Amino acid sequence: MRIAISDDALALACGADAVAKAMAQAAPDADIIRVSSWGMHWLEPLVEVDGVGYGPATVDDVAAILDGSSSLNIGRIPDHPFIAKQQRLTFARAGITQPLDLEDYQATDGWLGLAKARELGPDAIIETVTESGLRGRGGAGFPAGIKWKTVADTKGPKKYIVCNADEGDSGTFADRMLMEGDPYCLIEGMAIAGLAVGADKGYIYVRSEYPHAIAKLNAAIQASADIVAPFDIEVRVGAGAYVCGEETSLLESLEGKRGEVRAKPPLPALEGLFGKPTVVNNVLTLAAVPYILANGAKAYADYGMGRSRGTMPIQLAGNLKYGGLFETAFGITLGELVNDIGGGTQSGRPVKAVQVGGPLGAYHPPGDFHLPFDYEAFTAADGLIGHGGIVVFDETADMLSQAHFAMEFCAAESCGKCTPCRLGSVRGMEVLDRIKAGGRAAADPVEILPQMHNAPKQGRSIDDELSLISDLCETMKFGSLCALGGFTPYPVMSAIEHWPEDFGARADMVKENL
Amino acid sequence: MDKTANLEAIVAAHSGREGPLLPILNDIQGAFGCVDEDAKRYLAGALNLSRAEVHGVVSFYHDYKSKPAKLPVLKLCRAEACQARGCDALAADIAAAAKGKCEIETVYCLGLCSVGPNAMIEQTVHARLDGPTLTKLIEAL
Repeated sequence: MRIAISDDALALACGADAVAKAMAQAAPDADIIRVSSWGMHWLEPLVEVDGVGYGPATVDDVAAILDGSSSLNIGRIPDHPFIAKQQRLTFARAGITQPLDLEDYQATDGWLGLAKARELGPDAIIETVTESGLRGRGGAGFPAGIKWKTVADTKGPKKYIVCNADEGDSGTFADRMLMEGDPYCLIEGMAIAGLAVGADKGYIYVRSEYPHAIAKLNAAIQASADIVAPFDIEVRVGAGAYVCGEETSLLESLEGKRGEVRAKPPLPALEGLFGKPTVVNNVLTLAAVPYILANGAKAYADYGMGRSRGTMPIQLAGNLKYGGLFETAFGITLGELVNDIGGGTQSGRPVKAVQVGGPLGAYHPPGDFHLPFDYEAFTAADGLIGHGGIVVFDETADMLSQAHFAMEFCAAESCGKCTPCRLGSVRGMEVLDRIKAGGRAAADPVEILPQMHNAPKQGRSIDDELSLISDLCETMKFGSLCALGGFTPYPVMSAIEHWPEDFGARADMVKENL
Repeated sequence: MDKTANLEAIVAAHSGREGPLLPILNDIQGAFGCVDEDAKRYLAGALNLSRAEVHGVVSFYHDYKSKPAKLPVLKLCRAEACQARGCDALAADIAAAAKGKCEIETVYCLGLCSVGPNAMIEQTVHARLDGPTLTKLIEAL
């Protein structure tokens, strides 16, 4: 009997270790292995007994699972609609292999991309990645092939590959799942990038909130060192700063400095880590590369729509019935993701808002459910797909509080280098506090001082406050150095635009002010 | 081993690295539960940096504390995905139980966003929390 239980951090948090222990006691002859997670998180801990899945399992279910009578039976896991509907390229091994087992990796087409890359040489690797249409999965969506070409064409004695694994966006966990579930895939992708641009050193910058991923990566790097040599990889652990997910701030942090954002230019591709040409790519970008090399650019580019080629590991989170990882070609609509795949809210109440793209992504009302998951389509709808995280809120959400939280988060995590972000976020909180209080009848004691020539001399109505915050958001959007200050206006303004009633405003009043 | 010897060992362990300050600080925080003035002074000397530079880095990152925690630390996620699943109510529910048992810190995202509300107690993660479950975990500390 073969019993597979995930050892992914999410499965552990849901009690997988206790279930595995109980299984070992109840079935001493069974072959119990710990695999990566399938990504069906509402079913974790998911126990797979000879191909048949049972979940969410507790210690009390062990006996019934072993004799096959358990009501938790979901049938053969690969046939489950949630899995069968996906197009898994990057997460092809999810749920199937043991994360650190080199034989498992080899047996599932592991290292094929690297072998092909060694055959092709730098120019052809870059050409393949460019043709595949792969774009940066961290959020900016910059074409990976062009970035690599810039680094390859820059002369220098030393170059670096930096993997951005500082996955701080709420509602995203694909990087974590890949690092914990398929670390060799990331290592292979980095080694290919190294070959392409002529770098022999790679860093993976992981956030400190991911201790399980750090442990798996370190073990995997050690076990695969001979395979990727002379390329050498080192894990660096962050220290709880969200802004270090921004690439230049991440580089500063890697250098041992305050994680303050750098002004661009120069681009990191030209002057990156320690001033050397550096490729900075997200985990998912690098992990998509082995498939592209092994199967060719066309195999990858055949998926997707418009200029968004390939697949996106979409993360379904928040108040959803069926949350988890759903990798599919670009083009699926937001409504399909939330209602058909996610099964609507867990609370059973109607969906009020869906935040796409992490804390800096816009809140979308159900009216936006027709939007296809595509970089350009979301940009056109004043949103972004970011790192592919979707957080669903039911009707109990108060959008004024959510807008306030966006500003509060920006204030807490701002690196402090540029004024629109550092001060704008705090002023934004204050304005939203005043809106919450229903505007201010009396004049501000500072504003009535004689030297405050341009300040109003009477109190402000909600109308005035809304016009003030849209002005502030405009300044932050266009005046900030990086996406933290620059994108915080997205959640704030989308909340005001779509749910003016939560701000005590009439819809027509909002339209006038935006 | 006294503290200075400990610091020396930590710095020596990272001597071959490029830009070693963060790995060193992470180890110091792990070993002592804080990065205090003595550690900053020592590091400035050992790495040929000014004390202001070291202080600037230490004060930038949320993970580095100036004093060790007196009680076990419970990191409760308060980010959007956990908000959508009720972490704000949970925080209020456990406030009384936590008094004198643990220090509650806010963390923005543990990457378990589909099964929140989530918390991390020391290095162990817990998901699908509600008031009674988390209260039980706190009482067991």
